[in-house]
Amino acid sequence: MNKHTDKPGFFAALEDSPSADTFLRGLWKDNPVFVQVLGMCPVLAVTNTAENALAMGLATAFVLLMSNVLVSSLRHFIPKQVRIASYILIIATFVTITDYAIMAISVELHKSLGAFISLIVVNCLILSRAEAFASKNTIGNSVLDALGMGIGFTFALLCLGVVREVLGNGSVFGFGLFPDTFQEWIVMILPAGGFFTLAIWLLLFNILKQKRATT
Amino acid sequence: MRETMTIAPEQKTATGSSSKMLFAMVGIGLMCALLIVLTYEGTKPIIAKNKAEALEQAIFKVLPGTVTTAGYYWDGNAFSPLNGMEAEGQPVYAGFSESGTLNGFALPAVGLGYAGEIRVLYGYDPAQEAIVGFYVLESKETPGLGDKIEKDPVFLANFEALSVAVGTDGNSLKNKIRYAKSGEKQNAWEVDGITGATISSEAVTEALSTSTAEWVPKLYGAKDQFEPQTQSHE
Repeated sequence: MNKHTDKPGFFAALEDSPSADTFLRGLWKDNPVFVQVLGMCPVLAVTNTAENALAMGLATAFVLLMSNVLVSSLRHFIPKQVRIASYILIIATFVTITDYAIMAISVELHKSLGAFISLIVVNCLILSRAEAFASKNTIGNSVLDALGMGIGFTFALLCLGVVREVLGNGSVFGFGLFPDTFQEWIVMILPAGGFFTLAIWLLLFNILKQKRATT
Repeated sequence: MRETMTIAPEQKTATGSSSKMLFAMVGIGLMCALLIVLTYEGTKPIIAKNKAEALEQAIFKVLPGTVTTAGYYWDGNAFSPLNGMEAEGQPVYAGFSESGTLNGFALPAVGLGYAGEIRVLYGYDPAQEAIVGFYVLESKETPGLGDKIEKDPVFLANFEALSVAVGTDGNSLKNKIRYAKSGEKQNAWEVDGITGATISSEAVTEALSTSTAEWVPKLYGAKDQFEPQTQSHE
């Protein structure tokens, strides 16, 4: 996190370039979780371990990327009246593909993500990017936007997942961190822990943003 | 995807744009369908292989010393081999040791836990007339409380030799598996529960009790019909 704030000059220079700005907006300035607060269902539900968080983030980023590409390339073909239906159709297709792909990669992983893979369809982040960005921009820019937003989303999920797994299970990505005497905070891997962790990250993020704005 | 085609009739006033909408939706629908079919066909064999492997690993866990497995189903009178087909009713998996002798049977069982169904697989050894292994296939029990049924060493020790001896009539168990409060287990057919996970451990006990009452007498009676196998069913 500090990496971002340490180099305001570097970032300011990057933000001047329009395509870099498109990419970076999702990472930091308009981070889908910490700033836009979009797609809270997976953010709270599947971040109980770092591995689940990473898998969910990557799955969402993949769907976002593919649907942005398709929506952007079909933007002159889709009539305005049926655009939302078309977007949903496209998104649902890629979610189904992702679902099969995850099942083929690991049955275990598919079990722990469960219904939340299918629920990517209703992740408002993806529909909002299709409607607000991909339908109005070129394919290249839509790819950048999807990558930025996707990585930003994955990053945010990881932030939650790592904290929850360390406190709730005493491990990161399944590797134990503490001696056996460590008493796990079970609440952190329960749903309530998701709310606590999200609140603390939002607080930190806003403090950091305020500091950047004042300096 | 079919529903999308019914949009057009209501919009007869603007024929030009509605046919455009129809084409757009049908076109996208067809393209999406094609993508899904391709992915499905491409991943189907891998997924089936993964699932079979996961099941086989679970069978190895509940039947110590097993190297090959074979699926069977109950056809009303006797057990018939599945030969890779899906079982209509309850499947039974026989495990064989390296020398090809019958090691025991692995059976799935389902119980209603605190947070939904708990699916378990247990190993039954007809030579010992006991349950010799237990593995949770699927559970949504509360982490730290109910999920002790997967981790608690004292609880898991119940299933190293849980007596399910068949009665003299050959159709029922001498003693059904029963639940006992933590530390109050007295008989070999009782399951020592977990304090703090009463509902979950009771659900497991109930699942095993129901399943063993139905299947163990059948399996015990038919145990000599299972031919020694040296090859895996894959």
